[in-house]
Amino acid sequence: MKCEGWKCSFSLLLVLGAILFTAIPLSAQQPPPSLAAPPTMMASLAAPETSKTVSEKLTQLDKDVKAAQSSADNAWMLVSAALVLMMTGPGLALFYGGLVRRKNTLAIMMQSFALMALITVMWALVGYSLCFGGDGHFIGSFEHAFLRGVGADPNPDYSGTIPQLTFMVYQLMFAIITPALITGATAERMKFSGTVLFLTLWFLVVYAPLAHMVWGKGGLLNASLGGKFPTLDFAGGTVVHISSGVSALVCALYLGKRTGYPKQPMPPHSLVLSFIGACLLWVGWFGFNAGSALASNSLASSAFVATHFGAAAAALSWSAAEWIKNGRASALGAISGAVAGLVAITPAAGFVGPMPALAIGIIAGAACYWMVTKVKALFGYDDALDAFGVHGAGGTIGALLTGVFAQQVINPIFGADKPVGGLDGHWSQVGNQLVGVVIAWGFALVGTLVLLKIVDLITGVRVPEEHEIEGLDITEHGEEAYNLES
Amino acid sequence: MMKIEAIIQPSRFESVKDALREIGIEGMTVTEVRGHGRQKGHTEVYRGREYTVDLLPKIKLEMVLPDGLVNRAVDTILKTAKTGKIGDGKIFLSRVEEAIRIRNEERGENAL
Repeated sequence: MKCEGWKCSFSLLLVLGAILFTAIPLSAQQPPPSLAAPPTMMASLAAPETSKTVSEKLTQLDKDVKAAQSSADNAWMLVSAALVLMMTGPGLALFYGGLVRRKNTLAIMMQSFALMALITVMWALVGYSLCFGGDGHFIGSFEHAFLRGVGADPNPDYSGTIPQLTFMVYQLMFAIITPALITGATAERMKFSGTVLFLTLWFLVVYAPLAHMVWGKGGLLNASLGGKFPTLDFAGGTVVHISSGVSALVCALYLGKRTGYPKQPMPPHSLVLSFIGACLLWVGWFGFNAGSALASNSLASSAFVATHFGAAAAALSWSAAEWIKNGRASALGAISGAVAGLVAITPAAGFVGPMPALAIGIIAGAACYWMVTKVKALFGYDDALDAFGVHGAGGTIGALLTGVFAQQVINPIFGADKPVGGLDGHWSQVGNQLVGVVIAWGFALVGTLVLLKIVDLITGVRVPEEHEIEGLDITEHGEEAYNLES
Repeated sequence: MMKIEAIIQPSRFESVKDALREIGIEGMTVTEVRGHGRQKGHTEVYRGREYTVDLLPKIKLEMVLPDGLVNRAVDTILKTAKTGKIGDGKIFLSRVEEAIRIRNEERGENAL
């Protein structure tokens, strides 16, 4: 091999640089425990009282165990946060992108992507604080505005073993996907400007208060941190799915039907995209539900298993319903069923065992099939991609069934030996769940209607009919998803 | 010179193309088209909504041939494209006035 002089010395320099670069941070990053260890050993040699050394050793051991647990929990939670972001982009963007007509593909994908950026910025400014600051009944405070006080130290109210930064960024991913779900109902006819303004306001006015009420300290519906009506919602049946699904229904009614609906055929333009999207959603949902344990513990395993079983059972029950009705099982039906099952198991994931998870999935798959095929046609609203039929209905069913199937052996959330759900004999929990569901429904209905009126006055909500016919990709964004001649 | 336009089942396309090549037909233009004659379409169901699809995918072959080759080409297409079921397609023949090769401006049958 030929090697010119200057090149050789240059690469040698690079190698040396790399060695130095890796060596220096290594020495600088020596964890404190190993530095602290020698003094302890010295002390044990110097001091004769063995009891003191034992207790010091135990303290040290305790610290090390905590550090190890924190590392493990943090690793799982960071991965979970990334998985939940993957649910929006590319998961939901592909799922919805395939379901629209080809002329609206980029428009619907762009709405999901815009929310990834927009909600992130809002979250840093005030969103996190409004959801998880303070201890009010209805909404958080400005305690953590601009992420003040959010750093490496854990927030013991929510997650004692991971940096609050991790908890903050994990919860952010939920705030991104929730408004993105609504775009399924407004698809193919809502203005981009109106969508952006509406969903930003919706995040502040509907999502933040609901998230605080259900998950925030002192929230009205909180189950473990002093709520009046303890509602069980492990990963967002009320906060994410009922809120977005019911708001989606209001949006569909307010916007009106797409031009030509239901006479003109509007079949999905690529079920391949939707298929990939749904599979990404399924995988991402492990971060969503199992991550909601906020630690890498046995509860996370339980939620992971329940999530998977719920999805599988619902895919089967939707397919079976379709097979009975149409004589065939479709790919779209199977993936829609899986998503419906994932939605319904979301509030229950950390409270139910595998068998109840199967039951919840079977019920949700068949019920959501009935919602999108029968109920939608009966009332004639144009919930274009079935955001209400799957998320609103699935979320409601899941929230109520959580009250039935929650068990103290899975998650003793009300204290050791205290019954949790109906299976434990605590049937009044179903009543609590109903209160949570009614409040979430009411909040989403009223909030969405008021915000749509406001946005309608500022930017308008619906594109002109010519734009709708030409397609939102060209008229709203000036580009096309498929440039077949290029 | 005659132009042959043959609309055939997509599933028969490869056999028709190979058979035509065997009898010495060197050029053709192929288009993916949608249409229907007497054949009925099918229904598709997406989340309970039924759509009747009556335009079905077909392949259109177009070729312009010297008169001497036309009958053999038609026989070949008939033999290879036929499945005997409704929807096998049609063949249209028409006279062509002139053909010009763009590269060297040759005209008539020489241009084919």
